Amino acid sequence: MTKKYYVKVENLVKKYPASGKNELLTVFENCSFGIEKGEFVCIIGHSGCGKSTILNILAGLDRATEGNIFMNGKEVLGPSLERGVVFQNYSLLPWLSTLKNVTFGVRARFPQWNKAKVIEHSMKYLELVGLTEAVDRKPAELSGGMRQRVSIARSFATQPKLLLLDEPFGALDALTRGIIQEELIKVWGETKQTVFMITHDVDEAILLADRILLMTNGPFARIAESVKVSIPRPRDRTSVIHHPGFYKIRNHLVDFLVSRSKELTASEAGRAEMQEIAAATHPKELDPAADSQGQHAVVSKVRSTINVRNVK
Amino acid sequence: MRYRPALRPLIISLVFLFVALGSWEWSSQPPKATEALSEYELLMGGAEQEARVPPPSAVIIHAFNELSDPFYDAGPNDKGIGIQLAYSLYRVLTGFLLAALIAIPCGFVIGMFPVMHKAMNPYVQILKPISPLAWMPLALFIIKDSEASAIFVIFICSIWPMLINTAFGVANVRKDWINVARTHELSDMRTAFTVILPAAAPTILTGMRISIGIAWLVIVAAEMLVGGTGIGYYVWNEWNNLDLTSVIFAIMMIGIVGMMLDLILSSVSRWVAYEE
Repeated sequence: MTKKYYVKVENLVKKYPASGKNELLTVFENCSFGIEKGEFVCIIGHSGCGKSTILNILAGLDRATEGNIFMNGKEVLGPSLERGVVFQNYSLLPWLSTLKNVTFGVRARFPQWNKAKVIEHSMKYLELVGLTEAVDRKPAELSGGMRQRVSIARSFATQPKLLLLDEPFGALDALTRGIIQEELIKVWGETKQTVFMITHDVDEAILLADRILLMTNGPFARIAESVKVSIPRPRDRTSVIHHPGFYKIRNHLVDFLVSRSKELTASEAGRAEMQEIAAATHPKELDPAADSQGQHAVVSKVRSTINVRNVK
Repeated sequence: MRYRPALRPLIISLVFLFVALGSWEWSSQPPKATEALSEYELLMGGAEQEARVPPPSAVIIHAFNELSDPFYDAGPNDKGIGIQLAYSLYRVLTGFLLAALIAIPCGFVIGMFPVMHKAMNPYVQILKPISPLAWMPLALFIIKDSEASAIFVIFICSIWPMLINTAFGVANVRKDWINVARTHELSDMRTAFTVILPAAAPTILTGMRISIGIAWLVIVAAEMLVGGTGIGYYVWNEWNNLDLTSVIFAIMMIGIVGMMLDLILSSVSRWVAYEE
């Protein structure tokens, strides 16, 4: 696999000190994957598999125990304005107004800009998420959906090269979530940023992503599969479910989450399969909806040259 | 009359005041003379042999006189209440501001670095419960100036609540907000001023309110010891003059000024407050 990725994650391992024990607990290991420039990648897995930790390591807020991350050829060693983060709990500064929360980011990103330009730029992104009416309100006076819009506007306004979204719609009701998902598609469509997003919602992932990474259960979690979403864009909530490939992808994802995420770490056969993936240093690539376009289901099979029995 | 619930606390409050002052007034009346006063009794101002707490009416009249000319100065034993309060306020504010100047930056450092918290906490815990007046002899010996010693006593009693609250506020700034600063590549200084300070400001202000309250409590006792000027000296001096009307009046003034100090800081804390 010699594909040139924009973001390259190599053999990431995270170990935490387990409570009351001397040895470290491995949350995940052998996590390798890549993200292409302009690609929208979602990651799905059960709670505790370390998705958020991977995102925090990508953001530079956390350190991996082993392994490296490269972005655009440079190693990721700490937080940077090149990687914007939208946190699950919005992380707006509550003493600043909506506009000030966005200008906070813009001023940090473009310190050479004058005040008028900073405000103009910030307003442009607040407009994109439909918040021009609420610019003077404090976060406490906004609904959850509006707060997350501010957070999205803040991170898009800083124009990061990689945008990291940590389950951004997890705390929102279904209706609001749907609306903001479409706004996110709209903003992403205009900016063509590279996005890495954590979600628990299978439908959300299919709607938004070009590719979905699937993680097995922790501890010793791995990124097992990379599922391509070959449904043409532009997609929207109402039409995407009528695409012939939608349920093929959805069933594959649900099947993985319900049974295979467990089996792959629990059963002997599953572990062997995981060893192959670890040896190949990239997840198994699948395209469940390829039939709908007349292609083969498995794009590239993992080819392993390592004897499975030798790697325990 | 229309029923207005907003008036109820006011009515209860006024009834309470009326009952309290009324019973005080009634209990402090001298007994009526039952027969004509002797020459001696006339000279002494009445038949009464026993000293009494002055009634509120006398205090109110005295307060009115004092407050109509608060800044007169007729020598060391006779200064207006305004001058005395101004001396006390000057000492409290000087000591308090000096303490804030040291406590808030130190609290920041202790709050930001857990290792500093662990290192300094034992000293804070030992020094904090010491009555500020216990420092007075040492301060007088070292500083050799009663005025500065009084300010030092205020300083040492104001420092602890501000130090502890600042450290606590800074240490408990939400991790998410720090992460926002980190992902925006803010320098440590800018993080401190644009994220940590506003986030911890309400807690710091609470510490400042506690400090100024304690400082105002302590200044009265400190001035009783140091003497010369100030509201504490005034109270003790009027006790020596056996002028209880002035003593009661001064007590009321101490309460009113203390309340105003707290009101000022509470309005500042409303200004920095935020809702999560």
